Amino acid sequence: MMIETQGQHSSQSILQIEGLCLRFGGIEALRKVSFSVAPGSITALIGPNGAGKTSLFNCISGLYKPFSGDILFEGSSIACVPPPDRAKLGLARSFQNIALFRGMTVLENIKLGRHAHMKSTMLDGLIYRGRAKREEEALSAEIDETIIDILHIRHVRDETVASLPYGLQKRVEIARAMAMKPKILLLDEPVAGMSREEREDIASLILELREKWRVTVLMVEHDMGLVMDISDHVVVLSFGRMIAEGRPEEIQQNPEVITAYLGSNAAGQLASLQSGERRS
Amino acid sequence: MTPAAKMNLAKATATHIGRELLYRRLLWGVSAVLFVAAPFLFSQYWLYWVCLIAINVVSATGLNILWGYTGLASLGHAAFMAVGAYSVALLDKHLGWSFLVTIPLGGFFAAAIGLLVAIPSLRVRGLYLAIATIAASVILQFIFSNWDAVTNGMKGLIVQPAQFAGVQLDQPRLLYWVIVPTTIVMVKMASNLFRTRVGRAFIAIRDRDISAELIGIPLFKYKLLSFGLSSFYAGVAGALWAYFFRVVTPESFPIETSIFFLAVLIVGGIGTIGGGIIGAAFMTLVPELLRIGLTALGPWMANSATIIPSVRIIVFGVLIVGFLRLEPQGLMELFGRLRRSFLKARVS
Amino acid sequence: MTVDWVYLLEITLSGIGAGALMAVTGVAFVLIYRVTRVVNLAIGETLMLGAYAFFGMTSILGWPVLVAVPLVIAGGVLFGAGLERTIIRPMLGQSPVSVFMVTIGIGSIIVGVVQLIWGIAPHRLIPIVSEKPVFLGPAYVSSKSIVSFTIAAAVIAFFLLVLRFWRGSLHLKATASDAGAAYSCGINVPRVYLLSWAVASAIACAAGILIGMVGGISPEMGVFGLSVLCVVIMGGLDSILGTLVVALLVGLIDAFAGSFLGGEFKQISTFTLLLLMLWVRPHGLFGTAEIDRL
Repeated sequence: MMIETQGQHSSQSILQIEGLCLRFGGIEALRKVSFSVAPGSITALIGPNGAGKTSLFNCISGLYKPFSGDILFEGSSIACVPPPDRAKLGLARSFQNIALFRGMTVLENIKLGRHAHMKSTMLDGLIYRGRAKREEEALSAEIDETIIDILHIRHVRDETVASLPYGLQKRVEIARAMAMKPKILLLDEPVAGMSREEREDIASLILELREKWRVTVLMVEHDMGLVMDISDHVVVLSFGRMIAEGRPEEIQQNPEVITAYLGSNAAGQLASLQSGERRS
Repeated sequence: MTPAAKMNLAKATATHIGRELLYRRLLWGVSAVLFVAAPFLFSQYWLYWVCLIAINVVSATGLNILWGYTGLASLGHAAFMAVGAYSVALLDKHLGWSFLVTIPLGGFFAAAIGLLVAIPSLRVRGLYLAIATIAASVILQFIFSNWDAVTNGMKGLIVQPAQFAGVQLDQPRLLYWVIVPTTIVMVKMASNLFRTRVGRAFIAIRDRDISAELIGIPLFKYKLLSFGLSSFYAGVAGALWAYFFRVVTPESFPIETSIFFLAVLIVGGIGTIGGGIIGAAFMTLVPELLRIGLTALGPWMANSATIIPSVRIIVFGVLIVGFLRLEPQGLMELFGRLRRSFLKARVS
Repeated sequence: MTVDWVYLLEITLSGIGAGALMAVTGVAFVLIYRVTRVVNLAIGETLMLGAYAFFGMTSILGWPVLVAVPLVIAGGVLFGAGLERTIIRPMLGQSPVSVFMVTIGIGSIIVGVVQLIWGIAPHRLIPIVSEKPVFLGPAYVSSKSIVSFTIAAAVIAFFLLVLRFWRGSLHLKATASDAGAAYSCGINVPRVYLLSWAVASAIACAAGILIGMVGGISPEMGVFGLSVLCVVIMGGLDSILGTLVVALLVGLIDAFAGSFLGGEFKQISTFTLLLLMLWVRPHGLFGTAEIDRL
């Protein structure tokens, strides 16, 4: 079964942030942040708490309006594009605190991801026999074959989302994002609160998404192990400013980054990684 | 699990599924037979109540689409029923068209007015939206009461009986054949809708509208769709009402009617198709049961008949408060729980 | 065309009088909303309950006014406290729309009970104030209106000042914006909730007496609550000053609309204004804009 996707490889960056400034009243959440994301890459956005990572995601999604600067998706500015249309362009996102639709089942949540690319209208839905039925059945089949098993959620396919444990809900959220036929997947702390096994599952899933589905991944993460293991590129934010970007190994050595993290857990992680201890 | 045990489980599951299917087919069969036979078996009195319940089911389903499934609380539902009813009355009076045309038209006019009301009202959400719909409803009522040239003001309009193949449909036994099939179709359509893309989008808007937006659902457009569809249902219900009672006045759909449908959904179970049906049946019958009960108390209580309206209002209020406090998911949830505990008892 | 200034003056005074009554009722709405974030549509029916209780005590039982008034107010306190404790408090955390619906249900129950006990016919309250007309300049005003206006104004002024200058009003604000945080700061949140409902209901009952005094009582009186809710929303659900300003404005507009367009236009102007206001500035003239949804 062909996996429907819109991913592509090109030399042009898929997402470009240019001089983004975001203000809340007097507080500057983002100060002239600029970086680009190469297509097909896995980029990690790291930084201490309050650095502005989720705010940056919210700007990219269209939930916040930046004070100045621009966001370019596949070369064109999306600053004036409303959130629903950004989804249609191929921007999919998961949330830190799970934003699933609690009243619906896992399958229905995932089907919702495909909403923007489906065609049946309200009238089709009211009649059901005909276009709507065909579309629904084809979609169920496609999701069953491509998404459900990859994420190991077959056993909860028809369960209501509200009754699932946190780890499973996070996976369903990623599944829903995958159904959106994304070109770029924005993952906000995809492994937060997960066990070691689950983290490794997600790590290999992200790699698989990149390989099979040609999806670019931009993720906010605190888990340095995951960041070092799978990301090609790391961007570091601190107090709303970008203080470093580069390959994971370079970032490890960067004194400014270490300073920003001094005193926090991650500093210990970085330090231990630096001294050669590898996570299995 | 041993292979033998696996086989047994598979067999048991298959039998269980087979039994479920048989059970469901049987239910459909019995319902179909009942549906066709009812007008010949039951008296006009019972058929009157069946028709009235059916009309209320259509309206309740409409409100459920808007409130239960899309999460937009509206207290102006009665006004859109009035639009449907008045449309029928006016089309009948001036053009004499068949009910086959006027009933859908009543729905469309109600939908149009619904969109007109929705466009400014949807600028606010939650409680403010509910209050906006109350205001819109009051304004519409005002128009009905005072636009004498068109609506005949407080005197109202008379509706000629619906006609089909030369037969005047002026009793419940005959109107049954118009009202009940319409209800079945409308309910089935609503049930269909929530298995598909647009219906899911409505639920998404209710559960978490920001996420819905980020998935690609344009909120305003879909909220308008929901409002329009809900008003269409109200209009059709109002149209059926007009042919049933044959008189339409500004007093036919007061704000108490909107509160009635609120209670229908709260009692029945908001957000489920079954809830609309059960709630409508229950709440439609409550006033009649009260009347029977209080009249029966006649010999012991002097003025039992005159207090019926007051007791009815109190019962409505108690039902609303009681269910919201104790069983917010309504009778559907209550029955579901009973059924589950019953099944558990059977298994053990 | 000669302008009948006296007539205009009388309409104006009538409008101001009506506005004052709306403002007093509005204080009850605002108090409950400000503290517990609940829109209590049963205030209109509570008002009616107060009026009928007063009627029952004075006209039926024959008790003196000076006994009936404090009793009604005390009854209002108990009623409000009881409501809050038994129905509203357990529903804390549920959606505002649900709680709103509950208050609609409560209102229905009150209407039914009033009809049961006192019947559906309208009544007049016993004259508390002499029926002698008063002339403000050339304009005629009934003493009833003057008395009710004065009392209403006093109540409104009292609450305006209290909420402005009393230290405790900060506690009220804290409780409303984050009950959990307020609790952990030592504010007795349950007591604050109870008090706000008790006081608001008492105000509503007192307003009922005033309104009954001016216009008689009937089981339909509760509808007044709907108009006042519109006024409160236009002024800002959490602002007494807003309620006062809008109430006076709306009272005047209603009075003029009623006189020049016809009595039935009185109510409709309030609702039309509300729709316009919701379109332009949903949080009202003086209300604080809610960033999260209501």
